Amino acid sequence: MISKDEILHVAALANLKFEDSEVDSFVSQLDKIVNMESKLSSVDTTGVEPTYNMGDTNTVFREDKGIRTQTREQMLENVPETDNNLIKVPTIVDKEDDE
Amino acid sequence: MDIKKETIASLHDKLVNKDVTAEELANDAINKINANEKKLNTFITVNDKAPEAAKKIDEDGIKGPLSGIPIAFKDNIVTNGIKTTAASKILYNFMPVYSATVLERLEAAGAVDIGKTNLDEFAMGSSTETSYFDTTVNPWDLSRVPGGSSGGSAAAVAAGEVVAALGTDTGGSIRQPAAFNGIFGIKPTYGRVSRWGVIAFASSLDQVGVLSKRVEDSATVLSAMAGHDEHDSTSSEKPVPDYRANLSKDMSGVRIAVPKEFWHEGTHPEVLENVNKALDAYKKMGATVDEVSLPSLKHAVEVYYVLASSEASSNLQRYDGVRYGFRAKDVKNIKDLFVKSRSEGFGDEVKRRIMLGTFALSAGAYDAYFKKAAEVRTLFINEMNDVLKDHDLIMGPSTTTPAFKIGEKVDDPLAMYMNDILTIPANLAGLPAASVPAGLADGLPVGLQIIGRPFDEQSVFNAAYALQEENKFYEKIPTALKGED
Repeated sequence: MISKDEILHVAALANLKFEDSEVDSFVSQLDKIVNMESKLSSVDTTGVEPTYNMGDTNTVFREDKGIRTQTREQMLENVPETDNNLIKVPTIVDKEDDE
Repeated sequence: MDIKKETIASLHDKLVNKDVTAEELANDAINKINANEKKLNTFITVNDKAPEAAKKIDEDGIKGPLSGIPIAFKDNIVTNGIKTTAASKILYNFMPVYSATVLERLEAAGAVDIGKTNLDEFAMGSSTETSYFDTTVNPWDLSRVPGGSSGGSAAAVAAGEVVAALGTDTGGSIRQPAAFNGIFGIKPTYGRVSRWGVIAFASSLDQVGVLSKRVEDSATVLSAMAGHDEHDSTSSEKPVPDYRANLSKDMSGVRIAVPKEFWHEGTHPEVLENVNKALDAYKKMGATVDEVSLPSLKHAVEVYYVLASSEASSNLQRYDGVRYGFRAKDVKNIKDLFVKSRSEGFGDEVKRRIMLGTFALSAGAYDAYFKKAAEVRTLFINEMNDVLKDHDLIMGPSTTTPAFKIGEKVDDPLAMYMNDILTIPANLAGLPAASVPAGLADGLPVGLQIIGRPFDEQSVFNAAYALQEENKFYEKIPTALKGED
């Protein structure tokens, strides 16, 4: 059983916030899904290596040479707020908010 | 022109003989899409510049088989200068400054990008209902879902808007909508096609593939876009065969394995009836059919939802409202900007997956969920490969039921996840897999799933082609479109 506190902790890790009105339904849905996933514990995997990656190539090397991709202007085209060709964001270090 | 009756080859002949121009084909496709759009909602963005691009191809002269052929792209494939949203509010205004390798390769072969098709948000879903831009509707029954997540691509092909469309498949997102729409769809081997420029969902499972009415058309498109790409180190260096030229419907001596677990108790009886009929047809063609067992299949959904959600939670960290996409207003600091942009920008299903993944990767849950699922994945891969040691193909139904009603499962995530049980295995094991129409159940299309050995797409195409030539399902017109044209 996943508790509401656990869900709120995971939400904080994921940079997500839920309205009070939606938390309970999320908790019960996630609880059902995690419960389904917990059935994995019944499988004996002693000595089995995990598979994290697919694909048949390993480390790929290329010559250490500069390549041209996008220009600075192109890369800034999608930025919601810019100032002087820089990305503008709100305060990063805030005295009132020292978390 | 009725595209439903055309193939890439027949259109190519008409282009070469100047019965039609590429520009006319592009305009035709756009008109058809616009006429259907209110009813079907297959596209998020139609490419208004397509006729112009096609005109240039006319001027330069029709060359290879794809020259001047309009093709649709799922809207999680980035396209330089054409809005790419992944059907999410968080990317509602995203205008890529480069194109995915698959798009570049198909355009280099002369294909015309006709626009971007609808999908479940970030390809997370089996019904196209989680799209920020409304659901797509099934052309066989307007009250039903087209499947997902490549539901827009599948419905666009079934409705004759395009002969072929690209999709992506992480847990069945090409095969399930192909089955629901009565068309062919193939997810190639993991690593066969570059993922560069494809908006990532679960990087160890995602693969780009093709949907088309005819098997031979997907074969043509896959050959043109597959192969190594220096931008994607997981893309294979194995040479790409000419799948279309090598197509053969000779099934004699082909060894087909049928996992008894695919004959799921919850599966619609008419789905099984159609699949059994297809297997009988293969036997008549000289193939052998053996029953086999995949004991770990019962855990496939569990493994998949742990791994896919974990990879998604990691891949989707990049959406923070800073560099592109939706940015929340009225924020007091940078942390607030992240949290508000993500909470307002992602839909419920995406949030659910991010939460599941973050949980599975968190301290305390990592070993019991993420690592455990990765271990069971290994067991499952071994089981599949064992079966393929003495069989050429694995077959079964693509889905447990035909297309379900819009709204039927959208509030029950677990029921929605169970939809994927038959398609997930090929993703977990990285194997090539396709769905080919097998018949109708209650008037709705049923797909036969064909899974092959790694990099043996050819055998998958061949078996699908043999069935297509036997049942000629492509002659059937989607019920809701009858009386048109």
